[in-house]
Amino acid sequence: MDTSTDASTAGNTDARPVLEGPDIARVLTRIAHEIVERAKGAEDVVLLGIPTRGVFLARRLAEKLEEITGRKIPVGSLDITMYRDDLRMKPARALGRTEIPADGLDGRLVVLVDDVLFSGRTIRAALDALGDLGRPRAVQLAVLVDRGHRELPIRADYVGKNLPTSLRETVKVQLAEEDGRDTVLLGSKQQTTGA
Amino acid sequence: MKRHLISAADLTRDDAVLVLDTAEEMARVADRPIKKLPTLRGRTIVNLFFEDSTRTRISFEAAAKRLSADVINFSAKGSSVSKGESLKDTALTLEAMGADAVVIRHPASGAPYRLANSGWIDSTVVNAGDGTHEHPTQALLDAFTLRRRLVGRDAGMGKGLDGRRVTIVGDVLHSRVARSNVLLLHTLGAEVTLVAPPTLVPVGVESWPCEVSYDLDAVLPKSDAVMMLRVQRERMNAAFFPTEREYSRRYGLNGHRMAKMPGEAIVMHPGPMVRGMEITAEVADSDRCTAVEQVANGVSARMAVLYLLLGGSEPAISTTRTEENN
Repeated sequence: MDTSTDASTAGNTDARPVLEGPDIARVLTRIAHEIVERAKGAEDVVLLGIPTRGVFLARRLAEKLEEITGRKIPVGSLDITMYRDDLRMKPARALGRTEIPADGLDGRLVVLVDDVLFSGRTIRAALDALGDLGRPRAVQLAVLVDRGHRELPIRADYVGKNLPTSLRETVKVQLAEEDGRDTVLLGSKQQTTGA
Repeated sequence: MKRHLISAADLTRDDAVLVLDTAEEMARVADRPIKKLPTLRGRTIVNLFFEDSTRTRISFEAAAKRLSADVINFSAKGSSVSKGESLKDTALTLEAMGADAVVIRHPASGAPYRLANSGWIDSTVVNAGDGTHEHPTQALLDAFTLRRRLVGRDAGMGKGLDGRRVTIVGDVLHSRVARSNVLLLHTLGAEVTLVAPPTLVPVGVESWPCEVSYDLDAVLPKSDAVMMLRVQRERMNAAFFPTEREYSRRYGLNGHRMAKMPGEAIVMHPGPMVRGMEITAEVADSDRCTAVEQVANGVSARMAVLYLLLGGSEPAISTTRTEENN
């Protein structure tokens, strides 16, 4: 899911980049190789990005996987809004797109892709959503940044960067497709306690 | 969007587009192996129907059930209402049962407004048709059908119906569908023309944001969509036109008339259709008639409305998407 309070609008003038464009590209290349290695060729891999930025990351990963394996890798998106556990605590939200590749998920190796792994609640919701969409052979998780502070027993299989943070900090991922540039910003939270 | 949905006029353009966009995502649930979302688990929705309805009631019921809400159907026949219970006492009963939302259809115009603003209940009120006043969810599903057909499923996301020409034909006087559609389609930027015999045009129509014509044949070539209304005999207490045959010849849609419409133009009907009266079987069964599609779209549009009204801590539209850390 998207990272919190936009660094620029939340008054975080001290936000500093921890990953830049070339770092993100290298990290995704490494994750792609790890997926191929662990899946022994990535033959039945389906990538599902979690909107908004997870979808862009999934598409980039699919491109890298296609370069490595020479095969077309199915990629889709999985919106978890309707499965959230905090729906009743905030106003109703706009929905993202759920797009499952035509061949479905049954018997496939589904790799969920998200930008930041934090409480783990998004991934819990994603696992619930997957249950209504098919029965994958296995489900794995790839994230660009793992910032810690898990609230559920969930861990990532592929991590771009482990980023130890305090709860007073914010992690903001920006991607060219949505934000015009590739960067991961670490800032400090002013007053909001949205995390 | 306000806490209730009483009139199509309650919706701003942004609200209406958000409902249509949400309905588009809801429509995809119908293609899934498990057509259910856990979103409204534990919420209770009461279908309070004081007037006969099959389509609207089962549509709301299907929408609520797909969102995992508990549904209580309450129809006036066989209930305490037939023993003389007032709307207020019925409302207090529902409140005591802990209804989170009340979907009400009532023969009296204004009954949903009264229910929402009387202080009798705390629940969200959704108007499912009141007298000859409004039927906002029908207008939303019609707008959804129009946008899917005329603009495109994906191309339409985030857009209204700007510049599309919609003609509504028939018994406008008794039609809550027509009033809600005129208001909503205007909000979404469409140009609406009403076509009806002078006796079936409501008083005060000049204040509606639409054109009025008495000549169907002149309007058809300039229509992207034609919405045929049923002649509501059950609400007619006088002779509004000489004979059915004359009405049908002047205002009914047959194959010959349909041929005058532009190639991509569609024929809509909110149902129930009276074949041979306002629409011939030839038109009703053609590919250009969206009547059956409208029923399917009705479930998606009502899911969107229920989700946006009940899905969060407060029914909020008109706010941009909030993003948070996870």
